[in-house]
Amino acid sequence: MDARKESESTPLKNRTTVERKSERELVVTRTFNGSARLVFEAWTKPELFKRWWAPKSTGMSLLSCEMDVRAGGSYRLEFGRDASKPIAFFGRYVEVTAPSRLVWTNDESNEGAVTTVTFEEKGGKTLLVLHELHPSKEALDATMAGMEGAMPEQFEQLDELLLTLSV
Amino acid sequence: MVQHTQIDASFAALSDATRRGVLEQLGRADASITDLAAKFHMTLTGMKKHVGVLEQAGLVTTQKIGRVRTCKLGLHRLEQEAAWIERHRRLWDARFDELHKIVEELTQKEKVDGRQKRE
Repeated sequence: MDARKESESTPLKNRTTVERKSERELVVTRTFNGSARLVFEAWTKPELFKRWWAPKSTGMSLLSCEMDVRAGGSYRLEFGRDASKPIAFFGRYVEVTAPSRLVWTNDESNEGAVTTVTFEEKGGKTLLVLHELHPSKEALDATMAGMEGAMPEQFEQLDELLLTLSV
Repeated sequence: MVQHTQIDASFAALSDATRRGVLEQLGRADASITDLAAKFHMTLTGMKKHVGVLEQAGLVTTQKIGRVRTCKLGLHRLEQEAAWIERHRRLWDARFDELHKIVEELTQKEKVDGRQKRE
Protein backbone atom coordinates (compact mmCIF):
# COMPACT_ATOMS: atom_id res chain seq x y z
CA MET A 1 0.00 0.00 0.00
CA ASP A 2 2.90 2.28 -0.69
CA ALA A 3 1.48 4.68 -3.23
CA ARG A 4 4.09 7.40 -3.22
CA LYS A 5 4.08 10.06 -5.89
CA GLU A 6 6.61 12.78 -6.33
CA SER A 7 6.94 15.80 -8.54
CA GLU A 8 9.44 15.11 -11.30
CA SER A 9 9.03 17.98 -13.73
CA THR A 10 11.08 20.73 -12.11
CA PRO A 11 14.23 19.58 -10.34
CA LEU A 12 14.77 22.92 -8.58
CA LYS A 13 11.41 22.83 -6.90
CA ASN A 14 11.19 21.06 -3.54
CA ARG A 15 9.09 17.92 -3.81
CA THR A 16 5.77 17.31 -2.15
CA THR A 17 5.11 13.68 -1.27
CA VAL A 18 1.90 12.03 -0.14
CA GLU A 19 1.94 8.53 1.25
CA ARG A 20 -0.50 6.24 2.98
CA LYS A 21 1.71 5.01 5.83
CA SER A 22 -0.75 2.54 7.26
CA GLU A 23 -4.44 1.68 7.24
CA ARG A 24 -5.18 4.77 9.32
CA GLU A 25 -2.35 7.18 8.47
CA LEU A 26 -1.67 9.60 5.67
CA VAL A 27 1.59 11.59 5.52
CA VAL A 28 2.44 14.67 3.44
CA THR A 29 6.00 16.04 3.36
CA ARG A 30 7.82 19.03 1.89
CA THR A 31 11.04 20.94 2.59
CA PHE A 32 11.02 24.73 2.72
CA ASN A 33 14.01 27.05 2.25
CA GLY A 34 13.57 28.98 5.46
CA SER A 35 13.63 28.71 9.23
CA ALA A 36 11.11 26.61 11.15
CA ARG A 37 10.09 29.80 12.95
CA LEU A 38 8.94 31.43 9.71
CA VAL A 39 7.22 28.32 8.34
CA PHE A 40 5.43 27.92 11.67
CA GLU A 41 4.41 31.58 11.50
CA ALA A 42 2.81 31.02 8.09
CA TRP A 43 0.67 28.24 9.61
CA THR A 44 -0.43 30.17 12.67
CA LYS A 45 -1.00 33.75 11.55
CA PRO A 46 -4.37 34.00 9.76
CA GLU A 47 -3.22 36.83 7.46
CA LEU A 48 -0.38 34.61 6.18
CA PHE A 49 -2.31 31.33 6.27
CA LYS A 50 -5.06 32.83 4.09
CA ARG A 51 -2.53 33.53 1.36
CA TRP A 52 -1.63 29.90 0.70
CA TRP A 53 -4.27 27.47 2.02
CA ALA A 54 -6.65 27.87 -0.92
CA PRO A 55 -4.45 28.44 -3.98
CA LYS A 56 -6.12 29.89 -7.07
CA SER A 57 -5.35 26.80 -9.16
CA THR A 58 -7.81 24.77 -7.08
CA GLY A 59 -10.67 27.10 -7.97
CA MET A 60 -11.52 27.52 -4.28
CA SER A 61 -11.19 30.62 -2.18
CA LEU A 62 -10.94 30.99 1.55
CA LEU A 63 -13.96 33.08 2.56
CA SER A 64 -13.09 33.35 6.23
CA CYS A 65 -10.44 32.11 8.58
CA GLU A 66 -10.57 32.28 12.37
CA MET A 67 -7.75 30.77 14.40
CA ASP A 68 -7.24 30.85 18.14
CA VAL A 69 -3.82 29.21 18.08
CA ARG A 70 -3.29 27.79 21.58
CA ALA A 71 -3.97 24.37 23.12
CA GLY A 72 -7.75 24.09 23.46
CA GLY A 73 -8.35 27.03 21.11
CA SER A 74 -10.61 26.56 18.11
CA TYR A 75 -10.33 27.29 14.41
CA ARG A 76 -12.86 27.63 11.64
CA LEU A 77 -12.19 27.88 7.91
CA GLU A 78 -14.93 28.57 5.43
CA PHE A 79 -14.31 28.24 1.78
CA GLY A 80 -15.91 27.52 -1.53
CA ARG A 81 -16.52 28.84 -4.98
CA ASP A 82 -19.77 30.49 -3.94
CA ALA A 83 -19.97 32.76 -0.87
CA SER A 84 -23.63 31.85 -0.27
CA LYS A 85 -22.75 28.16 0.11
CA PRO A 86 -19.52 28.00 2.10
CA ILE A 87 -18.02 24.70 3.18
CA ALA A 88 -16.75 24.86 6.75
CA PHE A 89 -13.81 23.03 8.28
CA PHE A 90 -13.38 23.39 12.02
CA GLY A 91 -11.86 21.86 15.12
CA ARG A 92 -9.57 22.51 18.07
CA TYR A 93 -5.86 22.84 18.59
CA VAL A 94 -4.65 20.04 20.84
CA GLU A 95 -1.01 21.09 21.01
CA VAL A 96 0.78 24.25 19.98
CA THR A 97 4.56 24.17 20.42
CA ALA A 98 6.28 26.98 18.54
CA PRO A 99 8.09 26.54 16.22
CA SER A 100 8.16 22.75 16.02
CA ARG A 101 4.75 21.16 16.44
CA LEU A 102 1.04 21.77 15.84
CA VAL A 103 -1.75 19.27 16.53
CA TRP A 104 -5.43 19.80 15.81
CA THR A 105 -8.70 17.89 15.47
CA ASN A 106 -10.94 17.92 12.40
CA ASP A 107 -14.45 18.08 13.77
CA GLU A 108 -16.48 18.73 10.60
CA SER A 109 -17.14 15.00 10.34
CA ASN A 110 -17.87 12.44 13.07
CA GLU A 111 -15.00 10.33 11.87
CA GLY A 112 -12.53 13.21 11.62
CA ALA A 113 -8.77 12.72 11.69
CA VAL A 114 -6.24 14.24 14.09
CA THR A 115 -3.64 16.25 12.19
CA THR A 116 -0.08 16.69 13.46
CA VAL A 117 2.34 19.01 11.68
CA THR A 118 6.00 18.99 12.66
CA PHE A 119 8.63 21.51 11.56
CA GLU A 120 12.20 20.29 11.68
CA GLU A 121 14.95 22.79 10.89
CA LYS A 122 18.29 21.63 9.50
CA GLY A 123 20.90 23.82 7.83
CA GLY A 124 18.55 26.73 7.27
CA LYS A 125 15.88 24.50 5.69
CA THR A 126 12.74 23.17 7.29
CA LEU A 127 11.29 19.72 6.75
CA LEU A 128 7.53 19.83 7.19
CA VAL A 129 5.70 16.58 7.92
CA LEU A 130 1.91 16.61 8.03
CA HIS A 131 0.51 13.47 9.57
CA GLU A 132 -3.19 12.58 9.60
CA LEU A 133 -4.36 9.85 11.95
CA HIS A 134 -7.86 8.64 11.06
CA PRO A 135 -10.06 6.89 13.65
CA SER A 136 -10.35 3.73 11.54
CA LYS A 137 -9.29 2.15 8.26
CA GLU A 138 -12.86 2.67 7.04
CA ALA A 139 -12.70 6.40 7.79
CA LEU A 140 -9.54 6.86 5.71
CA ASP A 141 -10.96 4.60 2.96
CA ALA A 142 -14.11 6.74 2.89
CA THR A 143 -12.05 9.92 2.62
CA MET A 144 -10.05 8.39 -0.20
CA ALA A 145 -13.20 7.27 -1.96
CA GLY A 146 -13.87 11.01 -2.12
CA MET A 147 -17.15 10.83 -0.25
CA GLU A 148 -16.15 13.23 2.48
CA GLY A 149 -14.90 16.73 2.66
CA ALA A 150 -14.85 17.43 -1.05
CA MET A 151 -17.82 18.98 -2.77
CA PRO A 152 -20.85 17.37 -1.13
CA GLU A 153 -23.42 18.91 -3.45
CA GLN A 154 -21.64 17.90 -6.60
CA PHE A 155 -21.23 14.40 -5.23
CA GLU A 156 -24.94 14.28 -4.46
CA GLN A 157 -25.70 15.35 -8.01
CA LEU A 158 -23.31 12.78 -9.37
CA ASP A 159 -24.76 10.08 -7.10
CA GLU A 160 -28.27 10.93 -8.26
CA LEU A 161 -27.21 10.79 -11.85
CA LEU A 162 -25.48 7.43 -11.33
CA LEU A 163 -28.51 6.13 -9.48
CA THR A 164 -30.81 7.07 -12.38
CA LEU A 165 -28.42 5.31 -14.72
CA SER A 166 -28.31 2.11 -12.72
CA VAL A 167 -32.11 1.66 -12.56
CA MET B 1 -10.34 18.03 0.17
CA VAL B 2 -10.72 19.53 -3.27
CA GLN B 3 -11.16 17.19 -6.17
CA HIS B 4 -13.42 18.97 -8.56
CA THR B 5 -11.20 18.50 -11.61
CA GLN B 6 -12.13 14.84 -11.37
CA ILE B 7 -15.77 15.74 -10.76
CA ASP B 8 -15.80 18.11 -13.73
CA ALA B 9 -14.38 15.32 -15.88
CA SER B 10 -17.13 13.02 -14.62
CA PHE B 11 -19.83 15.54 -15.48
CA ALA B 12 -18.35 16.15 -18.93
CA ALA B 13 -18.26 12.39 -19.50
CA LEU B 14 -21.88 12.06 -18.40
CA SER B 15 -23.12 14.90 -20.62
CA ASP B 16 -23.40 12.58 -23.61
CA ALA B 17 -26.37 10.22 -24.13
CA THR B 18 -24.29 7.43 -25.70
CA ARG B 19 -21.83 7.49 -22.82
CA ARG B 20 -24.65 7.35 -20.29
CA GLY B 21 -26.01 4.39 -22.24
CA VAL B 22 -22.62 2.70 -22.11
CA LEU B 23 -22.47 3.09 -18.32
CA GLU B 24 -25.98 1.70 -18.03
CA GLN B 25 -24.96 -1.26 -20.18
CA LEU B 26 -21.78 -1.88 -18.16
CA GLY B 27 -23.87 -1.73 -15.00
CA ARG B 28 -25.58 -4.88 -16.24
CA ALA B 29 -22.50 -6.71 -17.47
CA ASP B 30 -18.92 -6.12 -18.60
CA ALA B 31 -18.63 -5.81 -22.35
CA SER B 32 -16.01 -5.56 -25.08
CA ILE B 33 -15.66 -2.43 -27.19
CA THR B 34 -16.89 -4.49 -30.18
CA ASP B 35 -20.06 -5.48 -28.25
CA LEU B 36 -20.68 -1.88 -27.25
CA ALA B 37 -20.11 -0.58 -30.78
CA ALA B 38 -22.63 -3.09 -32.14
CA LYS B 39 -25.19 -2.34 -29.44
CA PHE B 40 -25.02 1.40 -30.04
CA HIS B 41 -24.77 1.10 -33.85
CA MET B 42 -21.42 2.84 -33.94
CA THR B 43 -18.04 2.33 -35.52
CA LEU B 44 -15.33 0.74 -33.42
CA THR B 45 -13.35 4.00 -33.57
CA GLY B 46 -16.33 6.05 -32.38
CA MET B 47 -16.94 3.71 -29.45
CA LYS B 48 -13.24 3.71 -28.55
CA LYS B 49 -13.42 7.50 -28.22
CA HIS B 50 -16.46 7.37 -25.91
CA VAL B 51 -14.88 4.68 -23.75
CA GLY B 52 -11.70 6.78 -23.65
CA VAL B 53 -13.62 9.76 -22.23
CA LEU B 54 -15.29 7.55 -19.60
CA GLU B 55 -11.93 6.03 -18.73
CA GLN B 56 -10.32 9.48 -18.33
CA ALA B 57 -13.08 10.44 -15.92
CA GLY B 58 -12.44 7.30 -13.90
CA LEU B 59 -15.95 5.97 -14.56
CA VAL B 60 -14.83 2.97 -16.61
CA THR B 61 -11.76 0.76 -16.67
CA THR B 62 -10.64 -1.36 -19.57
CA GLN B 63 -8.43 -4.39 -19.76
CA LYS B 64 -7.02 -5.99 -22.87
CA ILE B 65 -6.98 -9.75 -22.84
CA GLY B 66 -5.66 -11.21 -26.07
CA ARG B 67 -7.27 -9.19 -28.83
CA VAL B 68 -10.35 -8.20 -26.86
CA ARG B 69 -10.60 -5.04 -24.78
CA THR B 70 -13.12 -5.54 -21.99
CA CYS B 71 -14.78 -2.56 -20.28
CA LYS B 72 -16.15 -2.50 -16.78
CA LEU B 73 -17.53 0.09 -14.39
CA GLY B 74 -15.31 2.01 -12.01
CA LEU B 75 -11.70 1.78 -11.02
CA HIS B 76 -9.99 -1.02 -9.21
CA ARG B 77 -9.52 -0.32 -5.52
CA LEU B 78 -5.77 0.25 -5.74
CA GLU B 79 -5.98 2.40 -8.85
CA GLN B 80 -8.66 4.46 -7.16
CA GLU B 81 -6.42 4.94 -4.16
CA ALA B 82 -3.41 5.85 -6.31
CA ALA B 83 -5.53 8.34 -8.26
CA TRP B 84 -6.79 9.89 -5.02
CA ILE B 85 -3.26 10.14 -3.64
CA GLU B 86 -2.10 11.89 -6.81
CA ARG B 87 -5.00 14.39 -6.69
CA HIS B 88 -4.31 14.98 -3.02
CA ARG B 89 -0.61 15.44 -3.72
CA ARG B 90 -1.40 18.04 -6.39
CA LEU B 91 -3.55 19.98 -3.93
CA TRP B 92 -0.81 20.02 -1.29
CA ASP B 93 1.81 20.80 -3.92
CA ALA B 94 -0.20 23.83 -5.07
CA ARG B 95 -0.61 24.97 -1.45
CA PHE B 96 3.04 24.44 -0.63
CA ASP B 97 4.19 26.33 -3.73
CA GLU B 98 2.33 29.36 -2.33
CA LEU B 99 3.63 28.73 1.18
CA HIS B 100 7.14 28.48 -0.28
CA LYS B 101 6.79 31.99 -1.75
CA ILE B 102 5.62 33.38 1.60
CA VAL B 103 8.52 31.76 3.48
CA GLU B 104 11.02 33.20 0.98
CA GLU B 105 9.38 36.60 1.27
CA LEU B 106 9.53 36.52 5.09
CA THR B 107 13.14 35.32 4.97
CA GLN B 108 14.12 38.16 2.62
CA LYS B 109 12.29 40.68 4.76
CA GLU B 110 14.15 39.55 7.86
CA LYS B 111 17.49 39.81 6.08
CA VAL B 112 16.71 43.36 4.94
CA ASP B 113 15.40 44.36 8.39
CA GLY B 114 18.50 42.83 10.01
CA ARG B 115 20.78 44.82 7.69
CA GLN B 116 18.87 48.00 8.38
CA LYS B 117 19.18 47.49 12.13
CA ARG B 118 22.93 46.99 11.88
CA GLU B 119 23.43 50.09 9.75
